[in-house]
Amino acid sequence: MSLFRPVTHALRVARTPKTFTAYRLPAMKKQDLINYGQKRTSIVSVHRDTKEDNPEIPFEFTAENMERAKEIIAKYPSQYKKAATMPLLDLGQRQLGFTSISLMNYVAKLVDIPPMRVYEVATFYTMYMRHPMGKFNIQCCTTTPCQLRGSDDIMKAIEDFTKVHPGDTTADKLFTFQEVECLGACANGPMMAINDDFYEDLTYDSTIAILEGFKSGNIPKPGPVSGRKTIEPIEGQTTLLGKEPTDMRKFTRSDL
Amino acid sequence: MIRSNIKSSRILLKRGLATVADPAVNPPRHYGGLSDQDRIFQNLYENYGSDLKSSMRMGDWYKTKEIILKGDKWIIDEMKKSGLRGRGGAGFPSGLKWSFMNPPGWEKNEGPRYLVINADEGEPGTCKDREIMRKDPHKLVEGCLLAGRAMNATAAYIYIRGEFYNEAVTLQTAINEAYKAGLIGKNACNSGYDFDIYIHRGAGAYVCGEETALIESIEGKAGKPRLKPPFPAGIGLFGRPSTVTNVETVAVAPTILRRGGDWFASFGRPRNSGTKLFGISGHVNHPCVVEEEMSIPLKELIEKHCGGVIGGWDNLLGVVPGGSSVPILPQSTCTDVLMDFDALKDVGSGLGTAAVIVMNKQTDVVRAIQRFSAFYKHESCGQCTPCREGTTWLDRMMRRFVKGQGTEREIDMIWELTKEIEQHTICALGDAAAWPVQGLIRQFRPEIVKKFQQYEEKMGETVSYGGWVPKGDVKEGKVINNPVPESH
Repeated sequence: MSLFRPVTHALRVARTPKTFTAYRLPAMKKQDLINYGQKRTSIVSVHRDTKEDNPEIPFEFTAENMERAKEIIAKYPSQYKKAATMPLLDLGQRQLGFTSISLMNYVAKLVDIPPMRVYEVATFYTMYMRHPMGKFNIQCCTTTPCQLRGSDDIMKAIEDFTKVHPGDTTADKLFTFQEVECLGACANGPMMAINDDFYEDLTYDSTIAILEGFKSGNIPKPGPVSGRKTIEPIEGQTTLLGKEPTDMRKFTRSDL
Repeated sequence: MIRSNIKSSRILLKRGLATVADPAVNPPRHYGGLSDQDRIFQNLYENYGSDLKSSMRMGDWYKTKEIILKGDKWIIDEMKKSGLRGRGGAGFPSGLKWSFMNPPGWEKNEGPRYLVINADEGEPGTCKDREIMRKDPHKLVEGCLLAGRAMNATAAYIYIRGEFYNEAVTLQTAINEAYKAGLIGKNACNSGYDFDIYIHRGAGAYVCGEETALIESIEGKAGKPRLKPPFPAGIGLFGRPSTVTNVETVAVAPTILRRGGDWFASFGRPRNSGTKLFGISGHVNHPCVVEEEMSIPLKELIEKHCGGVIGGWDNLLGVVPGGSSVPILPQSTCTDVLMDFDALKDVGSGLGTAAVIVMNKQTDVVRAIQRFSAFYKHESCGQCTPCREGTTWLDRMMRRFVKGQGTEREIDMIWELTKEIEQHTICALGDAAAWPVQGLIRQFRPEIVKKFQQYEEKMGETVSYGGWVPKGDVKEGKVINNPVPESH
């Protein structure tokens, strides 16, 4: 299967491009692209140089992000700078739009670890996108609780609207569509996340409406679209009905 | 008639031994119907505001200093008295767990000690910690401080799953407010105790909800669980004593300490005490998250707060009572089961995270459980072979079963397979992958068989292992004359 082709050299080569150019694999062939296309939602732990993503493209944090990076590194004990790998990759991804090989190398240098340690992290976690992404990353949850509430319709709505399959980016680079595992908003299912915001209680029509909004630049408000505020029963709350919260100070034990 | 009644009651009165089954001594108590003043998470529905001022109005941060000054032993004793069991799924007694951080002579091991909060909520069906973090963040922040004090920790790391970006922002705002008000940080609440809280965001790996994988992840590595021992309480985060606890466990602690362990223990059955956030999803009329008393009957929970099952109670097929990792229960059991650790264990399932997934009779239950298998396949970290290979294998077989491509004997094979995964891995993800499939076979075996029969009828031929029909063959690497089984 194409997914399990030998991957051993690909990342290693990228580590020190100057010295080891001789080992570099040939650039991706058309045939490879076709094979990847069969299962693009799976994460392939291999880097291949492309025009948009190769170690020759320089990457650096902006001055503002450098400040943030310093704050992040300061959160961890000084001898464990490498703990900052994950947040720094995330910061870089937010700056660049995806986690490029140059970004990984840059983070490795910043936290003083071999680049391979960063590659390991970047390939393990699903939120590091190692390919260029669309402006809006649509993540549709299809795990059982959402499935029971009709996430199949939502998948169809997104496919109908974007005209791409899960794992693909639209030609205008506006939307990337992903099918993802449980996003932790099960009582609000079916739901999708677009970039960092959750859109909940979806139906086929409301999904299309939300996507229309994104396309026209009129970004809708995140949250449930069914009219409920958050997680309460839609027909009205059954608990916590008081106008004012209960003041726990009245119930605090006397021996404190 | 009357006489005999008197006579029997006299006999009852005479019995001097401890009588367990005597209703006069132990009147059957009905659980559920918690009153609003006993609810810990007041702002669950965002009615009252989540900033520091609003939380203080509910009584958060009230007499925190006095609680800190009572000392670690007092806090742990109070937690033990409350009977709180960990809310992350395993249900380990919290007071006991916290006390592992203070073995005799712990002071001699100088250096930082950590409290790690597990907010990597990714179990399908579970959506309670998100509500705590975005609506009642100060309960969590205060809980960190108090739990940290009990464990003599110097800092807390809160590990939030990466997808909860907005929740992380809300929580960070709450932490900043608390720092600014002098409630945490140096000399927290003027108690002379120093305590820092940091947030670490994950990046989309369910397995990081396992405590040692979570520690690995904070240390900046791939989240692959460690072998135990050494336990985190000995060698944990950054090589220092650490304890990993769930968000809800920590967030209820301040209220327990303020109102007393006895108050908390008065709810629910013995050994299952307290209040709990239940998240109900799936085929109910009004899915929601609600705080209720432990041991509330499942039926009451669904009918009272969720407007009942879609199509009525008789239309109920089954319920997964505790998130994706626990086996499914059939309707007959659901009618009178109580929602607590022991009651659900007795009926062959578990409370887990109290994430109730309801399925009605219109559900394709095989497909629903197959989706769990697909989930575990996706989330297996790949470290232990039985789990890495087994979850993939389970998913492939289940995909065939959904279409009916298989034979009855394969049900026994998949059962065997789950037994090979279970207990043979470092962490519990392997078990969690095995149990839903086992639950399906235990409760809904006829459903699978029915699918096989329907498929055979459709094909008009006998189907053998792997969904092959007699004419099917492989030629030049391609399946011919056979509807391609979903996975091969």
